[in-house]
Amino acid sequence: MASLDRPVSKPRPVYLDLLSIRQPLPAIVSILHRISGAVLFLVGIPLLLWVVQRALASPEAWAQMRATLSHPFAKLVLVALAWSYFHHLIAGIRHLVMDLHIGMDLKPARQTAAVTIVLALVLTLGVAIKLW
Amino acid sequence: MVTRNRIVVGAHYGWRDWLVQRVSAVVMALYTLLLLGLLLWHGGLDYDAWKATFASSLFRLATFVFMLSLLWHAWIGVRNISMDYLKPIAVRLTFQCVVVALLFAYAGWTIQVLWS
Repeated sequence: MASLDRPVSKPRPVYLDLLSIRQPLPAIVSILHRISGAVLFLVGIPLLLWVVQRALASPEAWAQMRATLSHPFAKLVLVALAWSYFHHLIAGIRHLVMDLHIGMDLKPARQTAAVTIVLALVLTLGVAIKLW
Repeated sequence: MVTRNRIVVGAHYGWRDWLVQRVSAVVMALYTLLLLGLLLWHGGLDYDAWKATFASSLFRLATFVFMLSLLWHAWIGVRNISMDYLKPIAVRLTFQCVVVALLFAYAGWTIQVLWS
């Protein structure tokens, strides 16, 4: 924000080629936190409401909903949503812990970032195995 | 004295959203634990168990609180994304209006699902 408030007196070099900068692990967790959040907003919320509505409507609607969700494409969507939920949840907990000034140093920050990525993938794998 | 024109960014400017984002996150995490506990208690998912769970007005209320937390949390998150990537202010505000309308529609849908 500050840079918008006052004119820049002298042009400074900017190097922000995101594709050639090697991103550190915490940065990857951070951008995945954002991407998973966007997925949960775009697909997760409407699908969640639809599923709960169908599930409560009648035994027939329940069975029909289960059948729809067992389509291979639907399963892929569910796996993507499961990963989004797990990653967002774990990265969020990591965020809250860091708000308490725990794990702020470089080394623990890298370690918890790795744990976040791996744990989310392992849990997602569990869901995928359960679905197939 | 410093005088400065406030730049229109389409957001509140204080700590309230920061706090809401965290409180709503904790509410959702607790509700997730509740769901997980119910799932283990029922030993799986079938229509009758599902229907019985939602027959409790306490559970419906908890679900409603969860959904409100989710929608508010989503608003702050999506708004922050729009602040980073949508630079033209007209585009950003239009996008934000659409998102707000969508989230209110979801809130209405939630009420319909829970109490009809």
